[in-house]
Amino acid sequence: MQLGRVVGTVVATVKTPGLEGVKFLIVQPLDRHQEPNGRPVVAADGVHMAGPGELVYIVGSREAAQALPNTFVPVDHAIVGIVDQVSS
Amino acid sequence: MKVGTVVGTVVSTISSPVFDGRKLLLCDLLDADGNPEGGYLIAVDVVDAGVGEKVLILDEGNSARQIVGLDTAPIRAVVVGIVDETTMDS
Repeated sequence: MQLGRVVGTVVATVKTPGLEGVKFLIVQPLDRHQEPNGRPVVAADGVHMAGPGELVYIVGSREAAQALPNTFVPVDHAIVGIVDQVSS
Repeated sequence: MKVGTVVGTVVSTISSPVFDGRKLLLCDLLDADGNPEGGYLIAVDVVDAGVGEKVLILDEGNSARQIVGLDTAPIRAVVVGIVDETTMDS
C-alpha cells in the first residue's frame, strides 16, 4: 500500500457492469515524505468517504477490487483508508 | 518478499473494515546491502514490529489475505517477520 493525495474526481456515466455506484477519484501517489511521486492514478473509493485534498492510502493491482462491494470488477487502484496521522 | 526498515506508523480511523484494530507500518525498502533503495510500503503488522526494526515484508495479495484470514481483504503488504541478520556471500 502507498500514500496518496486526492486531487480530483472522475465522473463516468457509462461503466462496465459491477462498477455502478463506485466513486472514482484521481489520486497523486506520494513518497514517504508526502511529496508527489509518479503520475496520478484513478482509484476507486473503497471507503466511500474520501474527498478532495485528503491524505489516503491506496492499494494496487488485483487487491484493489477487494475493497469494493462487488469484488470481481476491473479496478486496479483503490483507496482503502483515510490517513489521520503518519508518525515517524 | 522484501526487507525493509520500519520508519513510522500510519493512523487511520476511516478505512476498510479489515484494517480495524490492525497496526499499519511505514517501511522503507532496503537494497541487498541494507541501504534504503528509495521506495517504501505501508504494511499491516502481524508480528508486533516497532519503529527502527528491520523487517521481512510480504507484498503479494493472495498470501496477505491468507495471513489475515479474510479471503476478501484488500490487503497486499504484510510485515511477516523481524530480521535478526542478513548476510551476503561475497
